[in-house]
Amino acid sequence: MVHIFPENLSSALASMEIPAKVIAGCTDFYPSLENGHVPDRIVDVSKVDEMVGITKTTPGWRIGGSTTWTKIIDYPFPPAFDGLKAAAREVGSIQIQNTGTIAGNICNASPAADGIPPLLTLDAMVEVQSADSTRLVNVEDFVLGPRKVDLGTNELVTAIWVPETRNNTTSSFLKLGSRKYLVISIAMVAVTLSISPQGLIEFLNIAVGSCSPVARRMPVLEKKLTGLRAEDLLDDIRIEVGDLTGLTPITDIRGTSEYRQSAVRELCQSTIRDAIVKSLEIT
Amino acid sequence: MSNQNEYYSGVDLGFTLNNSEVFVTNVQPAERLSESLRERLLVRDVKVGCNAGDCGACSVIIDGEIVCACLTPTLQVEGKSILTAQGIVNDTQLGRRLAGSFQKHGASQCGICTPGMVVSAYRLLKTEKDPTVEMVSDYLGGVLCRCTGYQKIIDGVLGVNGSDPETRNQISGFPTIGESARHLDGNDKVTGLMKYGDDVAPPYTLMVKVIRSPYNRAAFHFGDLDGFVEDNPEVEAILTHGDIPGINNFGIFPGFIDQPVFAVEEARFKGEAVAAIVGFPEFINSFLEEEFPITWTELPSVLEMEDAEKEGIHQVLPGRDRNVLCGGFVKRGDFQKGLQNSECVSEGEFTTSFVEHAYIEPEAGYSFMDGDQLVIQACTQSTFMDKESLQEILNLDHSQIRVVPTAVGGAFGSKLDLSVQPYLALATMKTGQPARLAYTRRESFLSTTKRHPAKLSIKVGVNDEGLIQGIHFQGKFNTGAFSSWGPAVISRVPIHATGPYFVPNYLAETKAILTNSSPSGAFRGFGVPQATAALETLLDDLAQKIGMDPLEFRIKNALDDGLPNGCGQIFESGVGIKPCLEALRPYWTEEKKRVREFNAAHKNHHLVRGVGVASGWYGCGNTALSNPSTIKAGIKSDGTVFLHQGAIDIGQGSNTVIPQIFGEALGMEKVPFELIYADTDLTPDAGKTSGSRQTFVSGNAARLCGMALKQQITRQLNVSEDSSLKIEGTIVSAAEEPNESTLDLATLPSDGDGFVFKAMETYDPPTITLDENGQGEPYAQYGYTAQLAVVEVDQKLGKVRVVRVVAAHDVGKAINPMLIEGQVHGGVVQGLGMALMEEFIPGKTDNLHDYLIPTIGDIPEINTIIVEVPDPSGPFGAKGLGEHVLIPTPPAILNGIFDATGVQIRKLPASPDRVLKALVDSENDL
Repeated sequence: MVHIFPENLSSALASMEIPAKVIAGCTDFYPSLENGHVPDRIVDVSKVDEMVGITKTTPGWRIGGSTTWTKIIDYPFPPAFDGLKAAAREVGSIQIQNTGTIAGNICNASPAADGIPPLLTLDAMVEVQSADSTRLVNVEDFVLGPRKVDLGTNELVTAIWVPETRNNTTSSFLKLGSRKYLVISIAMVAVTLSISPQGLIEFLNIAVGSCSPVARRMPVLEKKLTGLRAEDLLDDIRIEVGDLTGLTPITDIRGTSEYRQSAVRELCQSTIRDAIVKSLEIT
Repeated sequence: MSNQNEYYSGVDLGFTLNNSEVFVTNVQPAERLSESLRERLLVRDVKVGCNAGDCGACSVIIDGEIVCACLTPTLQVEGKSILTAQGIVNDTQLGRRLAGSFQKHGASQCGICTPGMVVSAYRLLKTEKDPTVEMVSDYLGGVLCRCTGYQKIIDGVLGVNGSDPETRNQISGFPTIGESARHLDGNDKVTGLMKYGDDVAPPYTLMVKVIRSPYNRAAFHFGDLDGFVEDNPEVEAILTHGDIPGINNFGIFPGFIDQPVFAVEEARFKGEAVAAIVGFPEFINSFLEEEFPITWTELPSVLEMEDAEKEGIHQVLPGRDRNVLCGGFVKRGDFQKGLQNSECVSEGEFTTSFVEHAYIEPEAGYSFMDGDQLVIQACTQSTFMDKESLQEILNLDHSQIRVVPTAVGGAFGSKLDLSVQPYLALATMKTGQPARLAYTRRESFLSTTKRHPAKLSIKVGVNDEGLIQGIHFQGKFNTGAFSSWGPAVISRVPIHATGPYFVPNYLAETKAILTNSSPSGAFRGFGVPQATAALETLLDDLAQKIGMDPLEFRIKNALDDGLPNGCGQIFESGVGIKPCLEALRPYWTEEKKRVREFNAAHKNHHLVRGVGVASGWYGCGNTALSNPSTIKAGIKSDGTVFLHQGAIDIGQGSNTVIPQIFGEALGMEKVPFELIYADTDLTPDAGKTSGSRQTFVSGNAARLCGMALKQQITRQLNVSEDSSLKIEGTIVSAAEEPNESTLDLATLPSDGDGFVFKAMETYDPPTITLDENGQGEPYAQYGYTAQLAVVEVDQKLGKVRVVRVVAAHDVGKAINPMLIEGQVHGGVVQGLGMALMEEFIPGKTDNLHDYLIPTIGDIPEINTIIVEVPDPSGPFGAKGLGEHVLIPTPPAILNGIFDATGVQIRKLPASPDRVLKALVDSENDL
C-alpha cells in the first residue's frame, strides 16, 4: 500500500500514470470503506498547490478542485454565487464543509450531491487534466450517472471553472430534507437569474437535484419564464408537469416518487421567487 | 519526482497535540486520525460513534478548524496542530469555563457527545465572544446528542461567560433533595476523562469480530475453520456455538430465553451472530466478512406481521404456532355495553415503525482474567442481569464472574440485553487473553433491539356528557426474531392503553408476533408510547365530534384518587394527572390564541399552525413482578461516608439522585462522602436501570439505608432518631444539642470493610399479581404527564416543525429539578423524532445518515412544569420519570397537526411525504 502526497500539479499528474484512488477531504472516502479494502494506491491531492484556492481571471473564476466548501463560503464572490454558497452551507455540517471539496463532491457523483445543481445553473465546467492533456467539460456532460463520471484512470479533476456572470445576476438554492443539519436532500433546486431594467426576466437557469440519476437543468421551464415580468412571478409561477422534463424521481427512504414530483414544483417556485426578491433588492 | 512524499506502509510523523509535540511511528495509509489518537496516543476523549462523519463525536480542531477525526487521514496532519476536548479543558481558561458551564447547566447527560460538543463550542467561542442561538446551532449542528434534547447544551455554551471554571473539588456534604445539584459524576464527562465501553482496553488488545448473517433468514455451514486459523497467524481463535460451555441462549423471562449467542444451522435475522474471530488488531481492522469460510443458503423469510400469522408460513422460532410469541389481556366491566351506551364512538387503525435507540456510543467492552475470575467491563444498564446470563452461558458460578460497568454512552432500554458481553467472555476464556469488542454503527443498528412496530386498532365511546363509557384496544407488536423484552411490552400495554382516564368498561388484547427482523425489545416506554399515540389522537377525534375542547375533555375524564384504573387498582392519594392537565390550562389558552393570530396573519399561506395536547402515565418498576434494589453504606473511622450505589447511571443521573435521597435520610450536614459505583463484587444489586424505577425503587432503598445508618448513630449517641447530625473531624454529635452527647468515630472498632457503622437495605415495590382478567395491582406507583405541542405545518411540502412544547410532569417530589428538566427535554426530543422522522428499515436505514434523529436545529422551545403530587410509597414522595417524558409527545404533535390542518396522521413517523399525501387525500375527499 502506498499513500502519495503530491505538493504540485505536475507530480500529482505524474502519480496518476498508475491507477490510484484519489482522495482529498475524505468525507465520502472513509464511509465507503466499511464494506471494502483500503485501496493499494492512494493519491492524496489535498495539498496540491494548484488545486487549492479560488482565482478570478478574465474568462471567469477558477476554483481549485481541492478547495473546501468553507473556502467557497468565505470567498467574496458576486451575488451570482449565493446559490453555490447556500449549497455549501447545507453540506453535512461545518466539520464536513471544512474538509469536503468541490471536486470530491462532483466526482462522488451522488444524485443528491449538494454542489451540482448550483454549478449547473452557473454553466460551470470541469477542468480535467492528465500528464499530457487538459480538457474542459461541462458539469452536465461530466457527471454521467450515479457514481459515474467522465474521468480516465490517469486523470484528475483539477479545477471547476465558472464563466463570468452578468453583474445583475442573483441566485438561490433550496434543499428539502427531513431535518436541519447533516441531512441528505429529498429534493433541491438551484436558480440563477437576472432582471432587465424593464423588470423582465433576462435569463433564468434552473437545476433540480435528487430527482433524477444526475441533477438536471430545466430548459422548458427556463424558456417559459424568460421574458416574463419578474414582479408577476412573485405572486404566481405556474409550473405544469410538462415544464419539469427529464425528472424521474424514485421512491426511497427519504420520500416517495409522487412526493418528490409535487415537492419539486413547490421548491422551484420558492427558489425562483427567492432569487427574484434578491434581484429586486439589488436594483 | 520532486515536491512529493510517497508514504508506504509504516510512516513516522509528528504533529502538535494539545500543545505538546508528539511523534507517531508506523502510520498506515488511510489510517484514521481518530484511530491514531485513541490507540497510539491514548487520547480517548475522541469518541467514535459512526466512523462516517454522521455524529461528530470525534470532532477535533486542526489548525483552528473543527473536523471529524474519523474522516481525517493521519498522514494529512503531519506538522499540524490538533486540539481535543481534554486539551481544551485542561489548558485553556475558556475551556475550563466551558466545562464549568456545561456542568452548571446539566449539558452533559450520558456524556458521550460532550467532547465533540465542547470542541465545537470552543471553536465558536474563540471567534464569537457573544454568540446567538443560531450561531451555536450552526457550530454544534454537526454533533448529535441523543440524551439532552440539546437545550441545556445551548444553555451551557451561552452561559460560559457567567460560569466559573470547572474544578475537581471534593464535594462536602450530600446535596439536599430539591436542589438542582450538578451531576456528581459529571466532572469526568465534561473534561473528557470518562471511560466508556471502548475506552478501557489497552491498545493492541486482541479484538473480536462477530460474523453475522447477511440475510433475513438463511441456513449456513462452516468451511474449514481450523484451516482458517492455521492460515492466518494473526487469528488466535474462532468462536462458534460449539465453544459455549453452558446454555447457548440468552433472554429476559423464564420460558422466553430463546436468543442464541451463536446461531445453530439457521440464522433468523439479518445481522444475527453465527461465529466470531479473535485476532490481532491489524487483522481484524482490515478483515472483510466475505473472506470468512462459511456458505450461506438464503431461506424464505417473513418480515411483516400479517404474513407471519398466515397459515403455512414457516415458524420463525420452533414451537410458536402462527408465529405468535405471547399475548396480553386486561378486561374490566363490559366494553361492548360501554360502547353501546355511548352517544359517540370513534375508531381507528394506527401503525408505527421500528425505532432505533441510536445512542451515540455503539456497544463495546473489554474482558480479561483476574486470577481465576473473568472480568467483563462493558456499557450496560444492568450489571447483575448480565452476570446471571453470563453464568448460564459460560457455566460458571457466581464467584467466577465479575461485571464492572463502564460509563454508558446512552442506552434507553437497548443496553438491558446482552450484546458484546458473551463474545468477549468466550474470547477470553478460549484464548486466556484479554479481549475487546466495539460494534460498528451498522452492527449496532442490525443486531441490537428496536422499539416494536405496532398495528393498533382502537375504539372509544363517550356519553352525551363527554364521559368515556368504554374502550376496546387491540394491538399487535412485531417482536422480531427473538423474545427479548417482547413479553414485557405485551403485558404492559394493555394495562396502560386506557391512558390516565377513568374507563368503566375496557378490553385490551395484545399479541407479540415473531418475524425475521432484528429483535424488538425495551425502549423508553415499553410499548406505551405506541398505544398512547393511538389513544390520544383518537380522543381528539372524539372531542371534535362532540364539540368539546380537547384539554377540558381530558380533564373531565382524568383518573383521580379513589377511582379504579383499568386493572381495578385504586390509589387513595398520589394520582397526579388532573393537576398536570390543569397546569397546562393557561398555556393552552395562550397558545390557542397565538395560533389563531398566526393563522389569521398567514391567511392563504402555506404555513399553518396548530396546538395539540396529550396525556400519559406510566407504572414505575416491573409489571407485577418483584424488582428489589439494595443500597449499602458505611462510615469509616475518619468520618467519611461511603455510599455503595449500584443503580446504573446511563446519563439520567442516578449517581446524583440516589446520594441526594440517601443524604436526606442520613441527615448529616456537610459529611464528606465517596460514591462506590456499580461493580458486582463491591456494590449490592440495585436492579436494572429500566422501567423508570431507579428514583423510586433504588431511591427507597437509599432512603431506608440512610435511615438505618442514622438510627445506629443516634442510638449510640442516645438522642432521638429525628435529630439531625453534625460531624466535625471524627466527632459526631446531634446538631441541636452538640455538647450533650458526642461520639468519636476514631475510637470505634471497624469491620472488614473498614466501617465503624454500616447499613444495607432493600426495597421491593409491593404489587399484586394480575388475575385472568388482568385485574390486580401491577405497579406500586405511577407517574403522570400532560404535554402540549405547538406545530407549524408546511402544507405545500408536508414538513412539520414543532415550535414549542409545554410539558407538565407529576414527579411526586422533585429530587433534582435540573435533572428532571434534562429528562423532559431529552424525552420530548426523542418523542419528536419518533413522531416525525425515525424509521428503521432492516437493511436500508442502518446508519446515522439514512436513519435520522433530531439535530440541534430541529428542537422546539420546551417549557417544563414540575407538578408535585406526593406518592405515598415514593422516597419523600418522589415518582419515576425517565419514560413518562416521551410518552405524550408524539400524540401531542399529531394532535397539533390535526388542529392545524384537520387531518389525522395514523402512521408514524409523520414524514413529509406521508403528511403531504394525507393533506392531498383529505382535499380530494371533500
